[in-house]
Amino acid sequence: MDSIALLLAATLNAGTVLAFAALGLLINERSGIVNLGAEGMMLVAAIAGFAVGVSTGNDWLAFAAGAAAGALLAAAFGVLVIWLNTNQYATGLALSLFGAGFSAFVGIKYTQEKLPERPHFSIPGLADIPFIGPALFRQHPMVYIAIALTVALAWFLYRSRAGLVLRAVGESPESAHALGYPVRRIRLAAVMVGGALCGVSGAYISVVYTPLWVEGMVAGKGWIALALTTFATWRPARVLLGAYLFGGVTMLQFFLQSEGVQVPSQFLTMLPYLATIVVLVLISRNKAFIRINMPASIGKPFFPGS
Amino acid sequence: MSALSKRSVIKLAGWGSLAAAAALVGCGKKEEAPAAAASAAPVAAASAPAKAEPLKVAFAYVGPPGDGGWTFAHDNARKALEKELGDKIVTSFVEKVPEGADAERVFRDMVGQGNKLIFGTTFGYMEPMQKVAADAKDVKFEHATGYKQGENMRTYDSRTYQGAYMAGVIAGGMSKTNTIGVVGSIPIPEVIRNINSFTLGAQSVNPKIKTKVVWVNEWFNPPKETEAAQSLINGGADVLMQNTDSPAVLQTAEKAGKYAFGWDSDMTAYGPKAHLGSAVINWAPYYIKATKEALDGSWKGGTGSWWGVKEGAIDFVSISDKVPADLKAKVETVKAGLKDGTFEIWKGPIMGADGKEVLAKDAVADDKFLGGVNFYVKGVEGKIPGGDKK
Repeated sequence: MDSIALLLAATLNAGTVLAFAALGLLINERSGIVNLGAEGMMLVAAIAGFAVGVSTGNDWLAFAAGAAAGALLAAAFGVLVIWLNTNQYATGLALSLFGAGFSAFVGIKYTQEKLPERPHFSIPGLADIPFIGPALFRQHPMVYIAIALTVALAWFLYRSRAGLVLRAVGESPESAHALGYPVRRIRLAAVMVGGALCGVSGAYISVVYTPLWVEGMVAGKGWIALALTTFATWRPARVLLGAYLFGGVTMLQFFLQSEGVQVPSQFLTMLPYLATIVVLVLISRNKAFIRINMPASIGKPFFPGS
Repeated sequence: MSALSKRSVIKLAGWGSLAAAAALVGCGKKEEAPAAAASAAPVAAASAPAKAEPLKVAFAYVGPPGDGGWTFAHDNARKALEKELGDKIVTSFVEKVPEGADAERVFRDMVGQGNKLIFGTTFGYMEPMQKVAADAKDVKFEHATGYKQGENMRTYDSRTYQGAYMAGVIAGGMSKTNTIGVVGSIPIPEVIRNINSFTLGAQSVNPKIKTKVVWVNEWFNPPKETEAAQSLINGGADVLMQNTDSPAVLQTAEKAGKYAFGWDSDMTAYGPKAHLGSAVINWAPYYIKATKEALDGSWKGGTGSWWGVKEGAIDFVSISDKVPADLKAKVETVKAGLKDGTFEIWKGPIMGADGKEVLAKDAVADDKFLGGVNFYVKGVEGKIPGGDKK
């Protein structure tokens, strides 16, 4: 039982990394912009968060620094693709490469640094319940914030006026423009929020998940988050589910290996990707559902007045 | 599956472009280099008198020198080489060169830039290096951890399993759960041999030791290494070792209040509480020897070197104060025995995980045996991915 509780705990932790980035990309893409620079933004945020974490010892300041770094890079990306109408995919890829190189460069002197000791977080009372306590209530606060963010985002998208406007901008920027909404500024805001959340995810990796800095340490999580957003058909709850599923199967395959289950580890390594795609494709296999949820103008440039 | 391959492809493309950018900065004539390599090399050779100009030595790294592990150790050795031979040589390196086809282009670039001695520092450069070596006969190629040689290509490696054994001695003495864990990278003989040697070391002080192994199938992926280490800890392992390239496993142990080791480089800084010692590789003696041979003309291809504690290539350093004195003494004894050749790690009787004897009593494994280790020894749990081929 204990090992299952620990497996659940590790799953929540692993899923949280992906959840922040994927939810951020969801907001980003709901406005009709695809930002392939997630990996680069996460790397720069990881070093920014780590640097601030090392000098202040405060997780929250580290996350703030990560978010700021992500938002800043996203803003640069946003100005390029929204005002100068550069190709979104090419610009995103460039951002991703830039982020990898830039983070490695500024991170040189942080490779041997260590974060100061911080107390371990657990929810008083609940953490002591057998099984459920160690499984669910001894996590970093960010794990719960990710869940709260998902609920808030679902409410925002489907129950608030601002969310409706955001979706309208992503569906038909021309119509939103005709109604008098500042399409480009709304898109920039969405891109920056997306960058900030990718930044939180990057800082979570370097400050909480794998508390150290080494070059390229995000190691593809940004790309997984991008894929997750699409496979989850841009719905917040599904993104969170997909993130936990991916984290869970990843942990499960390591668990099976350490228990000596006789399945080739190469197959197990493939399993998280396979399972996540299969499940998300199955629950989203309705074509009408995909059409309704996919931002109709995604990836397309918008020229006001044309 | 498709996300996996897509991700790998994109990552590969990313790393490739970075490597390309690095190469571009390095020479500024990347474009014509591949085509011109074959013709450029002899010209460079003709215009470079043997003594007057410094020997150009190039290194290809699989990771960033800042990885704190494998590549870091190679780069430290490169710096030591520069220090030792001063103005007789000029060294350069290209980092994050992906294993596979892209490496070939990088090697051709290096030849085109007039490098006369080229070190490839990962197993996956074997095929590309062999191809380029066949076209650039006047350049000397050194390939780490591989087995293919030629008239101008030879191999070198270090007996990392000796470091793993010494780590095992400490792990066996420090484990309270009698369960130790290894985060494996890729199931090749070198890594399996390290897992076995770690286990043999631990069993030499505590025969009840069991080793759990989790494979991540990558050399460098800190979050994944963390996840693997976490699952070993969840499974009851209280001392961890890794054959991956980053300090993530040590960090995870630090966070969980368990013990771990540094691998390839001294990793004390990454987890002062968890760190029990570091099994380090010192490539400098070999790099200095090989470069000196290239300088004085005694360099010969077609050979392989496999250096260990004896040659100063492997050491176990920075042993923690938490390790009791008798364990420390045991490690020192092992080290001294390896140095003067009185102690053998792979000496029978050694039993396989299936209970069959793999090495008879008093039999000592030769290098051919060690090069083909594809089984777990008794005490290692689970199966090797891809099956036991013994």
